[in-house]
Amino acid sequence: MSSKINQIRVQNRYLKWLLFTLVLTVLLVAATLLSLTTGEAKIDLSNLISVLRQQDSIEYYILTQIRIPRILLAFATGGALSLSGALLQGIFRNPLVEPYTLGISGGAALGVAFTIVLGLHLTLGIYILPLSGFIGALLTIFIVGVLGFLRGNSDINKMLLIGVMISFIASSIMMLLMSITTANNLHGIIFWIMGSLDEPNKNLIYTCLAAAIAGLLISYLFARPLNALLLGEEKANYLGINSKATIRILFITSSLLTGICVSVAGVIGFVGLVIPHLIRLLVGSDYRFLIVGSFLGGSIFLILSDVIARTIIAPNELPIGVITGILGGVLFIIILNRMRKKSRHV
Amino acid sequence: MSEYLNIDNIVCGYGKEFNLREVSFSIRQGALAGIIGPNGSGKTTLFKGISGYLPLKSGSIFLNNKNLGKLKLNEKAKRVAVVSQFPDNAAISVEDYVLMGRLPYREQFQFFEPRKDIELAEKYMRLTGIHKHRRKQISQLSGGEKQLAALAQALTQEPELLLLDEPTSHLDITHQVQVLNLIQRLNREMNLTVLMIIHDLNLAAEYCHYLIMMKDGALHTKGSPAEVLNYEIIEQVYDTVVVTQNNPLSGKPAVFLVSEDILNDIKARYGEIKR
Repeated sequence: MSSKINQIRVQNRYLKWLLFTLVLTVLLVAATLLSLTTGEAKIDLSNLISVLRQQDSIEYYILTQIRIPRILLAFATGGALSLSGALLQGIFRNPLVEPYTLGISGGAALGVAFTIVLGLHLTLGIYILPLSGFIGALLTIFIVGVLGFLRGNSDINKMLLIGVMISFIASSIMMLLMSITTANNLHGIIFWIMGSLDEPNKNLIYTCLAAAIAGLLISYLFARPLNALLLGEEKANYLGINSKATIRILFITSSLLTGICVSVAGVIGFVGLVIPHLIRLLVGSDYRFLIVGSFLGGSIFLILSDVIARTIIAPNELPIGVITGILGGVLFIIILNRMRKKSRHV
Repeated sequence: MSEYLNIDNIVCGYGKEFNLREVSFSIRQGALAGIIGPNGSGKTTLFKGISGYLPLKSGSIFLNNKNLGKLKLNEKAKRVAVVSQFPDNAAISVEDYVLMGRLPYREQFQFFEPRKDIELAEKYMRLTGIHKHRRKQISQLSGGEKQLAALAQALTQEPELLLLDEPTSHLDITHQVQVLNLIQRLNREMNLTVLMIIHDLNLAAEYCHYLIMMKDGALHTKGSPAEVLNYEIIEQVYDTVVVTQNNPLSGKPAVFLVSEDILNDIKARYGEIKR
């Protein structure tokens, strides 16, 4: 009898997850439409479809060559960064970890800075920038991984500290590079660090998109192990979960996702920290929803931030990192306040 | 092998610093057994060796004729449930926490709870009495309630062997007795084999059928409480003067400690203590 009530309660929770997924999907569509229609060239919502039919119009060009690629990139990077944050917070059992805590962005930025200072982008073409960023990110992941968990008795907190230290070292070397290079190069480096969704190369956007979707699918397979890891590595082991393997796979997944996003879109902060917390606060910390919710939430957040970034001082454009930083910071303080009121320990 | 749990010459530990010294013992099905011994004697190391968290360097552990060392993690989790010394602390509800006991039974792509799992979680929440707090977060429970929730989770695993690491260590006597009575009842009514580390010698004597006394990483004495808990063995192992008598109601041994002042007083009056 009471087990039936319980059954209903569990089913109600699935219903709640479904509802939130629908709400987020609707918001995502709304944000996409908003982003499609706002900008220097206003395109009316009612005209959207007819514009998309007129392949020779200027509006058609703006939509397909500028706005849609930006939206796709915002969808992919926002989702992937937020997902990475949720995964890393789970495996490190630390609510303050975000994709950049482990020095991945620092490594990527350093790779790009080296390329710019050496002038490689002038000889090898513009695509060397994302490539060098990705190599920098990979090197960082490799170092953190080798020092952190490949050497036997690994301690997850040690890994975190190593990541933070690598982040510091990378930013110090960056400053060194920036202090000895020309003003022109300096400008290039700073511009890259601030992040931008303006990516002319479609292939890079598709790579991001594919990686983000693949990351989402892989992560979802680990939803239950992630739930068990809430209780710690040892307890998860006793519940039949291979904690070490789960942590390794998810560490590599989230690091690669972050590395790809950073090398294409630059450093876009706060998405990976704020959005997972917001979803936790609204729906709870069950990873079976948190993974999907974080991804969709991150996508929405970044698409909206991009709309603000390119309209607030139009015709000029603010770096997207500025918007996500300010919005995310304020949002995070509000969330923390709420959490204290709910007296939850995350 | 006639016994249910057979620990055969196991060695495990932390690098070169601390290792068990070839510990062997066996327990029959349906026993309630206790591991006792001073701090640093290897109780927890032994426990983690049996639970599988520390890999065995040599020796073997058979449970119901299955070599635990050769089982996959989830197969092991279906047979052995572990309640750790430090209560879990997480921002999840009691019912979700208890349901996690079914994790080892899930298939790879099974993301949602089958009806049976929910019924089992419900059954064991009621059995342990924690169902009253099902909507509360684990982190909001008191120490005793956390222990009950952890027990409910362990039972939901439907194990053959229940391992408990000092289930009463952070509790007052009311909750100590409450938790141990529950363990005793589960042991008796479900014929569940229980092996627990227990610090308190009097509680060990009162509740356990069988005791394993550890000292310096090795097994010192094993046997019934009456066999293990006599003052000579306790004084050898703990290096402390004690007096043992039987509990007038249960007839089980009870251990009394004596303060230094009293001991000196006795020495002054009667000379060196002779038994």
